[in-house]
Amino acid sequence: MSGSGLLKCWQDVPPGTVTFGATSREVETGLWRSMRPVLDAAKCVSCLKCWLQCPDASITTDSDARVTGIDFFFCKGCGVCAKVCPAGAISMCPESDFLSAPAEASRGASPGKAGELFGA
Amino acid sequence: MTSGNLAFAEAMRQINPDVVAAYPITPSTEIPMKFAEFVADGRVDTEFIAVESEHSAITACVGASVSGARVMTASSANGVALMHEIFPIAAAFRAPIVFGLVNRSLGAPVNIHCDHSDSMPERDSGWIQIYCEDAQEVYDTVILSVRLAEHPDVRTPVFICQDGFITSHCYEPVEFLSDEAARGFAGTYERAYPLLDVDNPVSYGSFVMSEDYFEIKRNQIEGLNNVPRVYGETMRELAALTGREYGAVERYMTDDADYVVVVMSSATGVAKDVVDSLRREGVRAGCLRVRVFRPFPADEVREALEGKLGVAVLDRSASPGGVAPLAAEVKSALYDCETRVPVKDYIFGLGGRDFFPSDARRVFDDLSSGNFEPGVRYIGLRDKCAAAEECVI
Repeated sequence: MSGSGLLKCWQDVPPGTVTFGATSREVETGLWRSMRPVLDAAKCVSCLKCWLQCPDASITTDSDARVTGIDFFFCKGCGVCAKVCPAGAISMCPESDFLSAPAEASRGASPGKAGELFGA
Repeated sequence: MTSGNLAFAEAMRQINPDVVAAYPITPSTEIPMKFAEFVADGRVDTEFIAVESEHSAITACVGASVSGARVMTASSANGVALMHEIFPIAAAFRAPIVFGLVNRSLGAPVNIHCDHSDSMPERDSGWIQIYCEDAQEVYDTVILSVRLAEHPDVRTPVFICQDGFITSHCYEPVEFLSDEAARGFAGTYERAYPLLDVDNPVSYGSFVMSEDYFEIKRNQIEGLNNVPRVYGETMRELAALTGREYGAVERYMTDDADYVVVVMSSATGVAKDVVDSLRREGVRAGCLRVRVFRPFPADEVREALEGKLGVAVLDRSASPGGVAPLAAEVKSALYDCETRVPVKDYIFGLGGRDFFPSDARRVFDDLSSGNFEPGVRYIGLRDKCAAAEECVI
């Protein structure tokens, strides 16, 4: 088997399409993104509308529930956060503008890679 | 005396499955009807789920099966077609559902009678397919299939096919095991990774892209690859109780035959009768019945047909624009023969059109006269271009 060595051969996958839970944590949906939300912290009022509406739970907050940024490991760039922001604090920029600066989070390997999908 | 449907229902009663979800449709209606009676009379402990469509029926079956329940259902024709979306999911989930498929032609036009146009489109759905000749075989096959489908090396759902009305509704003598013997043989179902094991949570059918999908499908195929071995072991064990043993194919006087008709299900009886007549006339005729269609017993078919002077394959369904399912499989199995075996393909019995001994005799006449011109022949079809005697039905 080529690749990372984490992927299993057909003889070793469990029968019946079984996976062992919480696999969505391992899937880097951020690799699907073509537009990137950019947060202007100076304008953000932490109203949490973006946090509430984000379909991928990618708006990060601190312990005082203030918006701290965006988790680009999961953010697909759908733009809902920019749309609902009442302060105009989020703008959508082409991902190509960031080619020299890769996303800060890069724990996964590919769009469909589910890490240790089949458990230990 | 009992019918194919009632024999199926009686086997269900004896096995006492955990869940039956069904939406009755002719000609399989009697299976859930009779079984619902067993439920109402308290003769089984089964949770009977009356659903609103066949799609829901098979979906409930899959859910129950992966939860760890032993599950059975039945359907026919367009009901089977409505279930189509869920069949590959059941197979991929390795849900060993035992399914009474009572063969009926697919509409349109609406027709309640037998052909195999409902089950054949499901041959690539990943299920085992077993075609029974009579009611006794239906009963025996239900008892067998519970163990076959649930075997850890197989874990694959099974269609038990019987011919609508011909087998499902005609009454004939059937020997049943005692309830104790049937239940003892069936044993209990132990599911790997049951959904209701909340201490060990798992997901079924999660999103999987190209990195892993191929391996999961190949793993699934191995279940069908293991069927011949497990089928043989399980069949021998059941035969010790019943005295009846069925192979993946049935060879009726094929060993020394020059000409062999290959056919499935109830029409085999007609072909065998004609073989008997021809034998008395000195013609070395034989009949090969294919009982297990998935996985297809290619080696056994080749072994039975290699060296024959002529083979006729009789399909009870068509593959419009292509070769009919049984003929395609038989020809493919014979590809590895050193010497080419001439094969002629026929389509018969669509929509319940009768298959008479005179039809079978005409097929053998074709073979012995060396009539192997390309193209399919239609048995019992009114055809302006056919000889007059072939138009009489």
